[in-house]
Amino acid sequence: MEQLTKVKITKHFSIAENTYIIQFKRVFDFIPGQIIGITDKHENPPRLYSICSSPKDEFISILFNLKVNGELTPVLSELSIGDYILITEVQGKFTFNNEPAWWIGTGTGIAPFYSMFSSGQKPQKLIQGARTKNDLFFIKEFESLPDYIKCCSKDSGDGIYADRLTSYLEKFESLPENLNYYLCGSAEMVVDVRNLLISKGVPFSNIITEIYF
Amino acid sequence: MLKQKLYGKSLSELQAICTELGMAKFTAKQLSEWLYKKEISSIDEMTNLSKKNREILQANYEYGLTPPIKVQQSVDGTKKYLFPSINENFIETAMIPDKDRNTVCVSSQVGCKMGCLFCMTGRQGFQANLTANDILNQIRSIEEWPNISNLVYMGMGEPLDNVSEVLKSLEILTSEWGYAMSPKRITVSTIGVIPGLKTFLEKSSCHLAVSMHTPFDDERKSLMPIEQVYPLKDVLKEIKSFDFGLQRRVSFEYIMFKNVNDTKKHISELAKILDGIKCRMNLIRFHPIPDSPLQSSDEETIMEFKEALNKKGVLTTIRSSRGEDIFAACGLLSTKELIKKQEKDY
Repeated sequence: MEQLTKVKITKHFSIAENTYIIQFKRVFDFIPGQIIGITDKHENPPRLYSICSSPKDEFISILFNLKVNGELTPVLSELSIGDYILITEVQGKFTFNNEPAWWIGTGTGIAPFYSMFSSGQKPQKLIQGARTKNDLFFIKEFESLPDYIKCCSKDSGDGIYADRLTSYLEKFESLPENLNYYLCGSAEMVVDVRNLLISKGVPFSNIITEIYF
Repeated sequence: MLKQKLYGKSLSELQAICTELGMAKFTAKQLSEWLYKKEISSIDEMTNLSKKNREILQANYEYGLTPPIKVQQSVDGTKKYLFPSINENFIETAMIPDKDRNTVCVSSQVGCKMGCLFCMTGRQGFQANLTANDILNQIRSIEEWPNISNLVYMGMGEPLDNVSEVLKSLEILTSEWGYAMSPKRITVSTIGVIPGLKTFLEKSSCHLAVSMHTPFDDERKSLMPIEQVYPLKDVLKEIKSFDFGLQRRVSFEYIMFKNVNDTKKHISELAKILDGIKCRMNLIRFHPIPDSPLQSSDEETIMEFKEALNKKGVLTTIRSSRGEDIFAACGLLSTKELIKKQEKDY
């Protein structure tokens, strides 16, 4: 049986429609990009979430989308400050080695990049994708990056590339081969973007992926 | 109202249904006999149930078999069946005949979340988990039934990402009240989803196959995103700590990629990490998928790799490629062209 630690929720708020952040006291050290298992009861298997805060913070933040038919997010979305959840130890190896890289994330797949960014790590370029501007999380913070591309498939506006991030990447005849490309998001997004990068000349060994299983 | 399917229900579920419908408890046993011991396909044919009970059942349930809508046959005799599935999706099933056996390769999900670089199924994304009904129907509704000798859960999807329905299907296959098949004729393959692996090892006696493809962490991360979450070393640790007994077998699958995972360095590392695990290594030729950066190792390299591993004490065989001409071979199953257009989340 996996070791579970009971922690009290210290913050719980919505940052966009059906998207929430919960916070609880950091009881372990972690490396930005790592994940943690969360459950509401011992009998329910923990679900994995990327940590969305800095290892220097005294708390751990988790960003999640409410999945109406999901097993845990409907419960998590209804919790309040002071309620308890159970967490696993941190795990995962989607960590940044500080070599020149592009970070590419969609939806809540931006979470590990926000953790890296909050701890002082920086990509050469960040490409963030979402359906609408409201789903481009942490946009204000990321604006300080020198090369930050925001793609919306169903929205437009100042500084927004009004199409999918795959369309943005398609524009490049070729892409730098000597960089690492970190991808995080749904299986479909990761597979689509990985195939696209490979077609633009990126060696597959330079593509580091994290899929939301 | 859409009727529920009886086929694919476990004995305890059938008991719950009988209780709910006000039927005697023994009716559940009668139902399991009709579902898993006899060759019928409708509730009407359950002749030892009273007419009243059959009517009650029919008002709420259907028998639940779904025939394939297409079958293709390879020059080597392998067949690929196409079945309709959940939410207007489709799944594929391969039937591989051999001299003395018929092996069926079943799917456990529509699509797959795992995104392995070498797999065609991963390219269609994930659409749905299959139910035990969907899984068992792939065996029961093909022409070769009931002359199927072996089953492998190596079709579309990651079985241990759908562990509850996979376990239910295994329970029905191996229970005395079900098909009473020997668990030694069933192999469940996984890329190493550790929570599902633990549950499977504890609750089933069927053989285990693990998709390894390289012993090196960094290389495996590039081929299989799961390595970021459940590293191979942790998977091996689970396997080493589990008592497989004398009958239960663990094997490792290893697709041979030219100049990627087919070097002497790989042979040495494989021998090192598999030390202490009684296992078999299956080498598989890579069946190229469109625009893949990977190529299959050549025949000579594959043979040398096999011999070198055997010399180091790792029992190694080369799996025959079957059904490649109809895209039924390992890693080629896909219903991407048939699925409803999904709204992308980005």
